[in-house]
Amino acid sequence: MSTHSSRIAARIMVAPSVALLLLWMVVPLVMTLYYSFRLYRLLSPDRTGWAGMRNYTWFFQSPDFWLAMGNTLALVGGVLVITVVLGTLIALLIDQPVWGQGVLRILVIAPFFVMPPVAASILENLFMHPQNGLFAAVSMALGYEPILYLQDYPMWSVIAIVSWEWLPFATLILLTALQSLSSEQIEAAEMDGASAFGRFRYIILPHMMRAITVVILIQTIFLLGIFGEIYTTTQGGPGSASTTLPYMIFKQAIVAKDIGRAAAGGIIAVILANIVAFFLMRGIGKHLDT
Amino acid sequence: MARATSTRRKLLTTLAAWSVALVIFFPVLWMILTSFKTEVSAVATPPELLGADWTLENYAEVWQRSDYPRFFWNSVVISIGSTLLGLAIAIPAAWSMAFVPGRKTKDLLMWMLSTKMMPAVGVLIPMYLLFQRLGLFDTKIGLVLALMLMNLPIIVWMLYTYFKEIPAEILEAARMDGAGLWNEILYVLTPMALPGIASTMLLNVILAWNEAFWTITLTTTKAAPLSAFIASFSAPQGLFYAKLSAASTMAIAPILILGWFSQKQLVRGLTFGAVK
Repeated sequence: MSTHSSRIAARIMVAPSVALLLLWMVVPLVMTLYYSFRLYRLLSPDRTGWAGMRNYTWFFQSPDFWLAMGNTLALVGGVLVITVVLGTLIALLIDQPVWGQGVLRILVIAPFFVMPPVAASILENLFMHPQNGLFAAVSMALGYEPILYLQDYPMWSVIAIVSWEWLPFATLILLTALQSLSSEQIEAAEMDGASAFGRFRYIILPHMMRAITVVILIQTIFLLGIFGEIYTTTQGGPGSASTTLPYMIFKQAIVAKDIGRAAAGGIIAVILANIVAFFLMRGIGKHLDT
Repeated sequence: MARATSTRRKLLTTLAAWSVALVIFFPVLWMILTSFKTEVSAVATPPELLGADWTLENYAEVWQRSDYPRFFWNSVVISIGSTLLGLAIAIPAAWSMAFVPGRKTKDLLMWMLSTKMMPAVGVLIPMYLLFQRLGLFDTKIGLVLALMLMNLPIIVWMLYTYFKEIPAEILEAARMDGAGLWNEILYVLTPMALPGIASTMLLNVILAWNEAFWTITLTTTKAAPLSAFIASFSAPQGLFYAKLSAASTMAIAPILILGWFSQKQLVRGLTFGAVK
């Protein structure tokens, strides 16, 4: 249907977006790559030169690096499992006929609109704080010592905070998928004597697989870069107990002021993200065709 | 739903659903309640609810002491500015990909989305240095550019899925009537695409408002938006819980209200149209 001139016009119209994204990707990436092989410390500016692979080997030899890798995996995996499982259950529940569905949904979606530093500082101070937090008050009312959440379970605390932020997103997407399921199908299964679990396992769950994939894809994109929550709560501590790969790079850049090392960490993070992206893109590509 | 449900069952599910919803919403509710308490009342053990000292003073004090209007204004300029600029660049791109698709269109879309996978912290240093050298550090225009680029793939994607649903016959009819390319865009496509553009705008304003990496690392004071304001507020020395809550409430209220009003459009946008 398109004429020759409209094809040319189309190319011209796509060009700015492509050019800008290329710049946005390539320029910083090339600079990072360059710095990652340089000796470049802001605290000793006169010592410069090529560092070879030393910035990279520092990362691989640092015990903190493997801890950070583990923490990053725990964060992404933990939040995905919690939000998908709870999100499915909550979606099933609020898909039932209930009174006040509109208001209900507004309440459930609210955490998604809370900016990460607010979510983190509210949960840290008003809830998890060992003296003044609500959780501590509950513990003491039940006769227990307050739990030092951020001290003793820093990674779990961060996972809990991030899960709270992303649960509404998962719930909302899964609920939308549920609502497009025809009730006739369920009724037919019910009449055939399928149990509630059977209906879920063989009708509802397969129907929701596509939505679950979408939730996993989009959340992974955002979860790999989680930063604000750790910055406001644990600062990666105590020690390095809640340092993820992004936060470890941030510490190298801002605290240690070692640009070379931080750049090497950045390259490692980019490579890892691309490996994850490769698999995710294949998943999302399949879903686009239908 | 066609199924007849007994009132008893509906009552039970209503109770269960409301309990779950209140648990999820509770941190926001508790924050708002705390923001209206005096500092002493805010940290009282056991927590006070009915017997608490209620006050508006926290808001007055945060307002006076913290230069909230400037942070708020920075947030507004950065989130709306980056969204509008992004739309201006993305609308032609998404339009042409949806209506004049080539063989490479799908690959191009994939590639655009894949730029989102790059962890921001990986390119923090170059961005930091570039921003300082170009004089963009701690400026609103710098953040508008950074957030626009960050969200551009999402904007293109959302618009693409919306535009794809506009029937191509309408375009052909307009073309038969002799409408030129620009008239076609202006009078035929734009009105049909407006709902899609509106929800794209909403989602991106929210994403930009809540962005907390570039806004914290690329600003110090002048251009710092509310995310940086809260991050600096988050180490309350002793008894500043009520004020922290008031400041937090002030930081999220505009976007919370906007989000509630537009939740239906948001779902579509968030899933790139992959869930109906």
